[in-house]
Amino acid sequence: MDVRSQIALIFHLDKCIGCHTCSVACKNIWTDRKGTEYMWWNNVETKPGTGYPTRWEDQENYKGGWELKGGKLRLKSTGRGRIIPNIFHNPSMPSMDDYYEPWTYRYEDLFTAPEGDDQPIARAVSMVTGEPIDVEAGPNWDDDLGGSPIYAENDPNLEELTPEVKQMMFEIERMAFFYLPRICNHCLNPSCVASCPSGAMYKRGEDGVVLLNQERCRAWRSCVSACPYKKTYYNWSTGKSEKCILCFPRLESGQAPACFHSCVGRIRYLGNILYDADKIVECASRPDNELVDAQRELILDPNDPEVIAAARKNGISDGIIDSAQNSPAYRFAKEWKLALPLHVEFRTFPMLFYVPPLMPVIANQDSGSVRNETEDLFADIEKARVPIKYLARLFSAGNEGKVRYALRKQLAVRLWRRHKTVGDISAEQAERALLEAECSPEEAEAIYQLTALASMEDRVVVPPAQREMAIEALEDPLEFKQSTGFGFLTGPARGA
Amino acid sequence: MHDELLFAILPYVAMGVFLIMTIQRYRQRTFTYSSLSSQFLENRHHFWGSVPFHYGLLFVLFLHLAGLFIPDVILAWNAAPLRLFITEATGLAMAVITLIGLGNIVLRRMGDTKSRTVTSVSDWIVYALIGVQVISGIAVAVFHGWGSSWFATSLTPWLWSLFKLQPEIGYVTALPWMVKLHIVNAWVLIGFFPFTRLVHVLVVPNPYLWRRTQVVLWNYDRHKVRSKD
Repeated sequence: MDVRSQIALIFHLDKCIGCHTCSVACKNIWTDRKGTEYMWWNNVETKPGTGYPTRWEDQENYKGGWELKGGKLRLKSTGRGRIIPNIFHNPSMPSMDDYYEPWTYRYEDLFTAPEGDDQPIARAVSMVTGEPIDVEAGPNWDDDLGGSPIYAENDPNLEELTPEVKQMMFEIERMAFFYLPRICNHCLNPSCVASCPSGAMYKRGEDGVVLLNQERCRAWRSCVSACPYKKTYYNWSTGKSEKCILCFPRLESGQAPACFHSCVGRIRYLGNILYDADKIVECASRPDNELVDAQRELILDPNDPEVIAAARKNGISDGIIDSAQNSPAYRFAKEWKLALPLHVEFRTFPMLFYVPPLMPVIANQDSGSVRNETEDLFADIEKARVPIKYLARLFSAGNEGKVRYALRKQLAVRLWRRHKTVGDISAEQAERALLEAECSPEEAEAIYQLTALASMEDRVVVPPAQREMAIEALEDPLEFKQSTGFGFLTGPARGA
Repeated sequence: MHDELLFAILPYVAMGVFLIMTIQRYRQRTFTYSSLSSQFLENRHHFWGSVPFHYGLLFVLFLHLAGLFIPDVILAWNAAPLRLFITEATGLAMAVITLIGLGNIVLRRMGDTKSRTVTSVSDWIVYALIGVQVISGIAVAVFHGWGSSWFATSLTPWLWSLFKLQPEIGYVTALPWMVKLHIVNAWVLIGFFPFTRLVHVLVVPNPYLWRRTQVVLWNYDRHKVRSKD
């Protein structure tokens, strides 16, 4: 058992209001520089929709992530045998047209235009070339199902639905959508890291944050193709790739990443989990419909004495083990089985989990009451406006049982709380709902607490991995007295 | 005197600048070592430039290096006329492919506004120098044929005399001006190399072939047990 600590993230989609505050917070801090204007390390997509970059989920086209070939796990297009001959031209790399060309306006024209009969206008100019452009796409061009016939209907996840179901989804009275905020997943089995020819990309050992060494990046661009989530971006100006760094300077000082901190809907949870790194390859090689379980299997119980002993042996400090025991991510993803990974069939084991949205499901009612009184308490889930099949394609590699379980449990918690607070649901019904959803009253209360009432400190439990304390937490500081001193990366040897 | 400057002094200047400046740049400004790819800005024409250019150039370059390091093997191979013809024809074909690639690169850099934006003055100088080099190379192959054989008997001994620090320019002074242009331009290119994007050649991703699949970096040695209890 090779126990490691990893920061894991939960996005509760039922609470996301699609306000894009997270995107703007991130943009203002990290990607307002030349060459990064088109990058959104954090973006919020409308689903159904084609996303950013356009149809990023279509791996027939972009060929990112891993695949099983003859029972063996291998990179879909960016392994050694493929990337070396393709190094001069990467055949599956998206170009700027697949994102959008960033632009600004010539505002000064509004003041300097000569007097005339017409109002002066500020022309759109490209932020790459500085020349006037016709804007054809932009960030969240298809927000809230805008341009559905072009965007939403071409969502790759709709492919398996029957034409009738698809048509029903886009009928104006039944139209339903939800938001999907996306950042780098900081995967356990990152294909970007595995495919970097320069070895510039790496996972930080102490918390699993995936980073890209700007000094070592040589612009071979294979990470851009390799990441199936398209969360590594190429900076066309510096000739280096860049990606979400999970605001590690903030994490190291105990603060939440900017997108978490600014989240208006409080949908974001952060905490570390302990996992067994020895089992990654074996678990990632399971058949598609077992992948959700395989990923949960990797996550270890931080209260198990055996796990704690193995973690200590691996140099994981007690503070980090404590924080894993309080981790909201562990509870949502493993204990309650409410949160599911996005596109687990890419086999990277993303460490960002989503609680699938119940909202469009329950809004199905036409009578105006909260729900219909039928024998089957969970009938609404099956009649959902967003079909379970669609959600399963997103969150469980097509395994509908996993999505159904998460939705039923959420609905049971709602019925339970409605019975407690409003009282129009009988105790018998509420208890039956919990029983059928495999949820105890205590668990229901805990889910309710963490979903609806939790404070910032409960939602974001940053493991104490502060770099400035890294040595003190693990080593005797006196051991380092008289060694390298301050400000030197390598020891200051005489004459060197 | 003129020949001495070009064939006895220029090579040392070029090699000296190359060695000192590439190392200095790597140590002090590692960040600037990048292939500076522009594929992201324009994805289609890029293929027809970059791929033929790189593959053609690599092939021709390896032929040159073979002439330098294993001249006996080349001469023995070329002893049969058919084999000599095959060497010459493949070399020429690959040089033409390189030129087509370079032509596409230049056309793309001029035609596509986004690619033009990221093309620096040093890039244009590099294209010009490589253009002169490839065209003069093709001209030599066409007008002064069988170079794969005479390279081994004239240029190889001259190059080795340079490396031994006893330059014998007699090997090259009698060569036609077209060959001399090819040689001199090569040294100019080598001397200019450290100041251009060409440095990406030096950081080709060779460790990729044998490193472990995943890279995990620790800020402490986790196998040294540190918990006191």
